[in-house]
Amino acid sequence: MKFADREDLLGAAMLSPALAYVILLVGVPFVLAILLSFSSATAGSLTFDWTGFRNYATILADPIFLRSLRNTAIVTIGSQVLVIVLATAAAQVFRAAFYGKRAARFVLLLPWAVPVSLAAIAWTWIFDSTFSVINWTLRVTGLLHGWLYWLGEPGLALGAIIIVQAWRIFPFATVIVLAGLSSIPQDVVEASIVDGAGFWRRLFRVELPLLLPVIAVAVLFGVVYTATDLGVVYILTGGGPANTTQVLPTLAFQRGVLGADLGQGAAIAVFLVPFLIVVAVLMLRIARRTEVGAGGRKSG
Amino acid sequence: MKRVALYAAALAFMAFAGFPFYWMFITAFKQNRDLYVGAFDTRHVPWIFNDPPTLEHVRVLFGQTDFLRWVANTLLVVVAVVVITVIIAVPAGYSLARLTGRWGERLGMGIFFTYLIPPTLLFIPLSRVISILGLQNSLGALILIYPTMTIPFCTWLVMGFLRSVPWEIEEQAMIDGYSRLAVILRVAPRLILPGILTVVVFTFTLVMQEFVYALTFISSVDRMTVSLGVPIALVRGDVYHWGSLMAAALFISIPLAIMYNLFIDRFIQGFTMGAVKG
Repeated sequence: MKFADREDLLGAAMLSPALAYVILLVGVPFVLAILLSFSSATAGSLTFDWTGFRNYATILADPIFLRSLRNTAIVTIGSQVLVIVLATAAAQVFRAAFYGKRAARFVLLLPWAVPVSLAAIAWTWIFDSTFSVINWTLRVTGLLHGWLYWLGEPGLALGAIIIVQAWRIFPFATVIVLAGLSSIPQDVVEASIVDGAGFWRRLFRVELPLLLPVIAVAVLFGVVYTATDLGVVYILTGGGPANTTQVLPTLAFQRGVLGADLGQGAAIAVFLVPFLIVVAVLMLRIARRTEVGAGGRKSG
Repeated sequence: MKRVALYAAALAFMAFAGFPFYWMFITAFKQNRDLYVGAFDTRHVPWIFNDPPTLEHVRVLFGQTDFLRWVANTLLVVVAVVVITVIIAVPAGYSLARLTGRWGERLGMGIFFTYLIPPTLLFIPLSRVISILGLQNSLGALILIYPTMTIPFCTWLVMGFLRSVPWEIEEQAMIDGYSRLAVILRVAPRLILPGILTVVVFTFTLVMQEFVYALTFISSVDRMTVSLGVPIALVRGDVYHWGSLMAAALFISIPLAIMYNLFIDRFIQGFTMGAVKG
């Protein structure tokens, strides 16, 4: 058989550039990240001194690192809980037909479309210590009597970070949940209405269980986007005040890139890996289950 | 009553999602004396124009900052990354959808998962790779590294797209005497064209949005992209020029938002993978 008709050879030839690119510039650096974390490499030199677990011992004894690990978990969980609630509610609104829906959808998608860094700088201005429009509004409506230094107090700053992360991810989650809603078999929904189920009962007993895989996908992407995000914290607080809002990516950047201690920076970033493995495993499971369950779902 | 609740809820979501953009807008066109009134002053309403709007901040942005330079840099990177991505990801997507059979499906999944490996895990080893290649502080670093994010997702997009294109057209061409290779070169490109458009738009939006690698690799102000230059370099000394800053953010956000609205359904098909099936 001629080469021009060999599907296996053509397939391999067309796939190999993509594979090579991904292996060389994602796979190799990934391994390198782990190797670096066991070394004393610095940005200036090209040497690679094996130091075993020393970087890990250093950061695990470092309260700033432990705090950044905790902050990463708090921000990720806090924002994703908000995302689930907001996205499920927004999907219920946006599945209905109403006047001006196209315009509403345009606005809803804005947070997802805008570059993270530009959204973060806008929020920095919104949370400004002197000019915060939020404070003005709260004071005028009588909800606030003192003053909120949004980015100046650790607790409030973390809250601000959670709000911004939820704000930028919930539109994406909403669209995914909407896609899931449109794939629920209509006969199931109609049957539940015939059986006398009201809105809430239908939502919690019929639709949410069917939507679970799709909500899970949205949340898993959300977890990756939040846990590994550098831009929001870097611009909003810079990890401050006094390193209280550092997350793993910002601390890795501070130590590894600005501080030129590649080994320690890599060790900090490696703590993101468990998050990612959990996400990847769950996603594979969901993908597999929906393939198997697609036939069974209709009979259920 | 139900309708009222629906509209109220829709408005609430719009307000939350759109509020920062309204804030960019009003800040970009306010005069400074209207802008910099402390929020302590409850008589001065910050939500509206108390003085006539001004184009001063826009003039400063275009005339006295590197903003246009950053836009040009960004577009240069976009074009280069689009070319690399299309050349590499489109054939790969075709291969996975049409040529490699069952193991291709697994491999496709594997390639897609590399999209989940975040820049914040790779920026430290890559900074070393970039310095070995001598690409520090150059747009070449971004052009080399950005395809690591676009190729996996776009390969997956093209593969998914081709699954929805009937095989019969290509089959017929082979019956008509085309070789397999001739089908790929002459028939397939026409079929994939709408898929390629999605790839271009996705790549464009990703390059516009990327911040981590730009922050890591680029240090000179005149080599920055917009997503890096605006938040990092428009701050002069310790003084934020909020009017110009917000004008820049607004001008970049609007075209991106329009693109997202046009292509949202295609992107979503990529993200939901197998989880949404009828």
